[in-house]
Amino acid sequence: MGRAKSDYWRKNVRILFILLSIWFLSSFGAAILFAEELNTIRLGGFKLGFWFAQQGSIYIFIVLIFVYVKLMNRLDKEHEVDEK
Amino acid sequence: MSLEIWTYSIVGLSFLLYIGIAVWSRAGTTKEFYVAGGGVNPIVNGMATAADWMSAASFLSMAGLISFMGYGGAQYLMGWTGGYVLLALLLAPYLRKFGKFTVPDFIGERYYSRNARLIALICAIFVSFTYVVGQMKGVGVAFARFLNVPFDTGVLIGIGIVFFYAVLGGMKGITYTQVAQFCVLIFAFTVPAIFISIQMTGNPVPQIGFGGTVDSGAYLLDKLDQLSVDLGFNEYTATNSDNTINLFFITAALMLGTAGLPHVIVRFFTVPRVRDARLSAGYALLFIAILYTTAPAVAAFARTNLLTTVKDAEYNLVPGWFKNWENTGLISFEDKNGDGKIKYVADQSQNELTIDRDIIVLANPEIANLPAWVIALVVAGGLAAALSTAAGLLLVISTSISHDLLKKYVAPDINEKGELRAARIAIAIAVVAAGLAGLNPPGFVAQVVALAFGLAASSFFPAIILGIFDKRMNRQGAITGMVIGILFTTVYIFYFKPQLGGPGTPEGYWFGVAPEGIGTMGALINFIIALVVSRLTPAPPIDVQELTESIRYPRS
Repeated sequence: MGRAKSDYWRKNVRILFILLSIWFLSSFGAAILFAEELNTIRLGGFKLGFWFAQQGSIYIFIVLIFVYVKLMNRLDKEHEVDEK
Repeated sequence: MSLEIWTYSIVGLSFLLYIGIAVWSRAGTTKEFYVAGGGVNPIVNGMATAADWMSAASFLSMAGLISFMGYGGAQYLMGWTGGYVLLALLLAPYLRKFGKFTVPDFIGERYYSRNARLIALICAIFVSFTYVVGQMKGVGVAFARFLNVPFDTGVLIGIGIVFFYAVLGGMKGITYTQVAQFCVLIFAFTVPAIFISIQMTGNPVPQIGFGGTVDSGAYLLDKLDQLSVDLGFNEYTATNSDNTINLFFITAALMLGTAGLPHVIVRFFTVPRVRDARLSAGYALLFIAILYTTAPAVAAFARTNLLTTVKDAEYNLVPGWFKNWENTGLISFEDKNGDGKIKYVADQSQNELTIDRDIIVLANPEIANLPAWVIALVVAGGLAAALSTAAGLLLVISTSISHDLLKKYVAPDINEKGELRAARIAIAIAVVAAGLAGLNPPGFVAQVVALAFGLAASSFFPAIILGIFDKRMNRQGAITGMVIGILFTTVYIFYFKPQLGGPGTPEGYWFGVAPEGIGTMGALINFIIALVVSRLTPAPPIDVQELTESIRYPRS
């Protein structure tokens, strides 16, 4: 059980790392650090950097949490640490 | 029916609904009082969390702030939503597995220290109390402005309502009332937004209308940029490269603070399982995002409307809503050059028009010529937002006193019945104290909200994260980190807030970071110090290491 558990935790941390990188890139990256460059691209009536800052990043946040729920529920089952 | 009758009826009905729910969901045990029995459905908890989270400020002030800030308003939009990703991924599931009632519980047991628990306890009470005073004040303002009730009476009515359902129902009553309050506030916020979006862009979805075109065929945001430039303001959508670092730090501080605020964290103790805690955070953010993605659209619509209305307008020909709001003092016009025209420009020496930001949400239905019942609905929505947040905060204060302070320090052998009675007395006292502070708000209350987020970011957030993800983290590291993080953040905020008597000026900001953003640096300092100190001192006891191990796996 010990090895299976440490394997579970390692995979958990990897999922967190990937999802939080996307979280950082969409908010602090696209909406703040690169907003000026992205503003030269248009998404309909929006400049892209502005859209990320006031709309897009929030949509991405929601998707990230639901993807996390799905990935973790699967991981829990695979490693038999899910709740009965 | 007149506006006043509509407002009285809708607000009165909503209050009756809250009281009815409270009677139906009385708490019978401490577990029901603290965590609603621990069996709340994740969607229900998501709605309650959303109502808990969205305060009078989110509902009434945020769209107005964005409207005047343009692109920079993103700090609130991302800051107050992005924290939920941290909460869902890094905190909620593990704290749910830990399975106690409060944040000081976790800090106290994970760091096997009564001192650590005490620090957490004081922070939790301080953060929640400063926050709740603002809500009480918001209730008073809403009553005073719309129901012609004096401010003091308004606050007293607010105290009465919250007193009734919080004392009776504890977390259980609060949870189910918050669900009703969420429905009221989200309906009240989106209905006017949909109408205005249709009027301005022809699209009923504000989030899409925001990027749509106006009558002339031009994109709304391009028109707004042009209008802003014509009047000497910056383009609405343009970034400000001098402000990038500051924007980064403020956004981060609000995110870390959100994830560290005890009244939000404690909501995830109420669901039955770890997987429900994860899912519930997702629903919470989804429900919050309905308001948070509508608000920037409302901000842009209102700004465009406002600038079009007042640009070179003859003062005698302005629409009725303008005069109505002039009477409340929220709009004021001073004809400096005596030409009878309104001059609204960025240059302060020439500008003739002053507009209070709160007007944006409040006046929106009038500007869009919506019927009186919609305006009444907005008032009920603002009150729902203030009351639901106040109740959640008051519960944290009462739990901190009866569970963390009384049971752990003063009277450890108190029985279940005594503890429940103590919790009720504590919340009753907290409601009254918050109401009294709301009646005579110390002038610094608005400023202290920055401190509340800064403290949550620089104390709780790192201590909890390290407690979960670093098995080697010990008492010495966590306490030193928290104390230095808190001291640094508090001193910086007091030093650079002239409203708090600080001598500092913006020229002296470290890396240009305003006090609102310093919580980020406080959190970093906390992390670094805690890691260094913990590696120089003995590892935590075996049973604490086992606790840390056990909260990582959902199955018990």
